[in-house]
Amino acid sequence: MNKARSNPLNKVAMHGALILYTLIALFPVFVILINSFKNRKAIFREPLAVPNADTFSMIGYETVMKQGDFFLYFQNSMIVTVVSLTLILLFGAMAAFALSEYRFRGNLIMGLYLALGIMIPIRIGTVAILEMMVATGLVNTLTALILVYTAQGLPLAVFILSEFMRQVSDDLKNAGRIDGLSEYTIFFRLVLPLVRPAMATVAVFNMIPIWNDLWFPLILAPAEETKTLTLGSQVFIGQFVTDWNAVLSALSMAILPVLILYVIFSRQLIRGITSGAVK
Amino acid sequence: MTALTLTNVNKSFGQVHVLKDINLEVQDGEFVVFVGPSGCGKSTLLRVIAGLEDVSSGDVYIGGEHVNLTPPSKRGIAMVFQSYALYPHLNVRKNMTLALKQERQSKEIIDQRVAEAARMLNLEEYLERYPSELSGGQRQRVAIGRAIVRHPKLFLFDEPLSNLDAALRMNTRLEIAKLHQQLAASMIYVTHDQSEAMTLADKIVVLRDGYVEQIGSPMELYNNPVNKFVAGFLGSPAMNFLPAGILNEGDDRTLGVRPEDLFLSEGGNLPAMVQHVEQLGGDTNVIATVKDHQVTARLFGQHAIESGQTFNLAISEGKSYFFDKSGARLSA
Ligand SMILES: Nc1ncnc2c1ncn2[C@@H]1O[C@H](COP(=O)(O)OP(=O)(O)O)[C@@H](O)[C@H]1O
Ligand SMILES: [Mg+2]
Repeated sequence: MNKARSNPLNKVAMHGALILYTLIALFPVFVILINSFKNRKAIFREPLAVPNADTFSMIGYETVMKQGDFFLYFQNSMIVTVVSLTLILLFGAMAAFALSEYRFRGNLIMGLYLALGIMIPIRIGTVAILEMMVATGLVNTLTALILVYTAQGLPLAVFILSEFMRQVSDDLKNAGRIDGLSEYTIFFRLVLPLVRPAMATVAVFNMIPIWNDLWFPLILAPAEETKTLTLGSQVFIGQFVTDWNAVLSALSMAILPVLILYVIFSRQLIRGITSGAVK
Repeated sequence: MTALTLTNVNKSFGQVHVLKDINLEVQDGEFVVFVGPSGCGKSTLLRVIAGLEDVSSGDVYIGGEHVNLTPPSKRGIAMVFQSYALYPHLNVRKNMTLALKQERQSKEIIDQRVAEAARMLNLEEYLERYPSELSGGQRQRVAIGRAIVRHPKLFLFDEPLSNLDAALRMNTRLEIAKLHQQLAASMIYVTHDQSEAMTLADKIVVLRDGYVEQIGSPMELYNNPVNKFVAGFLGSPAMNFLPAGILNEGDDRTLGVRPEDLFLSEGGNLPAMVQHVEQLGGDTNVIATVKDHQVTARLFGQHAIESGQTFNLAISEGKSYFFDKSGARLSA
């Protein structure tokens, strides 16, 4: 092991730095959480104080529950995020496998074409997308959002995953072919498990922008029954009055699922690949 | 019957012509070794035989059947890879049974074949372990076991020993030789190590730059190489090459002498100056210069020779090889 790493003093310093960073990163989340449990006056008088018997109030949560269909918004966000991620990972991995594994005419051009989307923000095409959605009758459906987010996530997914798939041993795939596995089995059973950390990276990169997005829900699916959480929370932010209790409560509840998903994916990131297959 | 026949096999990757007009026959039960320097196309040839690469032109027959269009799993072959290529998420038993399950063999046959292979390879204790829990040598045996259980018509080995350390390599080499006897199966074995080729092969195929240079039994190739490349590639220490002009003025051929065919002699016609001596106990390798050309002589037994010493070397009767400018062998 590296000498600097085994030195106890360095270890303390390293952990100190990491803990400090964690505290700084979690501080805004912490402030949102504590203030969501306080009454309006307490939020403004002492924003950093934890709620006590005097200042404790659930008024924000009550407002959120009463006004608007919060659980429906929540469900919409969840469906859009999970389905989009699934499609991005599935199609991204399949395209990446084809590009990295098979030699065919135009392979390189195809790879570049698919990667082009990384450089061009999808929002540039908003007007055209809206026209298309109107023409196909998909406005105010979750499908519209899922399609857009899948398109938005695919370029980077293909790019990252094909790079990782190139590193999967050819011998392993060839052993599968000799043992009579189909190309699909080789893809799903041999290759995907080995690029799991890369899949988790792609998932994390895509999840947060999708969950937090306000732009496309506002334009493509503003109807009451297709509102996402981010869009739904906007009702509490007015031009003249903002119901801070409600906004903070809604945000607190919106953070939770992302946090859970993040923990799931990052465990995959850390776990690493099962070694010992090759060499 | 022939286990494998290749006729005029060519393989190109785009502009790169890797295999050039390969013709070869492997008889049933024969142990054939492909040997050649790295990058000469050995693995590509093996992958063509396995069906992992298509030929660009030419025909492949396995057990008399034309298999150009047959997928790898239907060719009756099994392959052992240099990197082992075990399935990381399956334990040893499942690694070995996957192919049989794909072939829909009955459970009795599967169990019996696994037991048989595990016994042959001393893997009985490890059947429930995962590849990551095995040592390099054990992984290699699992990879071989995975090939054995299929009872293939033809075994293909791609440098199976090159990731093992020297001692283990020796043992595994013996095991593979023993396996070949027990199974009486046809095997093709790829290596860049001439000593593996010499010790294992019934028949050696020497490849260079995608061409077959020579095919024959180890001793045929050793005693009767068709060109300078084959002569220099087989044998260790390698054959010495000298301009024949240093013996007879005006001779523009190249003279080849194996190290063991040189001996110390008062009246020898090669005056040598010792550069370095390797005492191996049983043998002594003397590296000397003869008129500015480096020469290795292999003397039997132990000799008290030191660097800087000078003496004369002679060539054993009838042990000189001659090659022309292009490297082709000339009859003496
Ligand atoms: N998929 C491929 N695409 C392009 N060139 C290749 C490919 N596979 C092998 N080659 C080339 O073919 C030559 C022979 O390779 P290989 O058969 O692996 O050699 P060996 O096994 O004898 O070391 C090398 O020059 C290599 O660069
Ligand atoms: Mg090779």
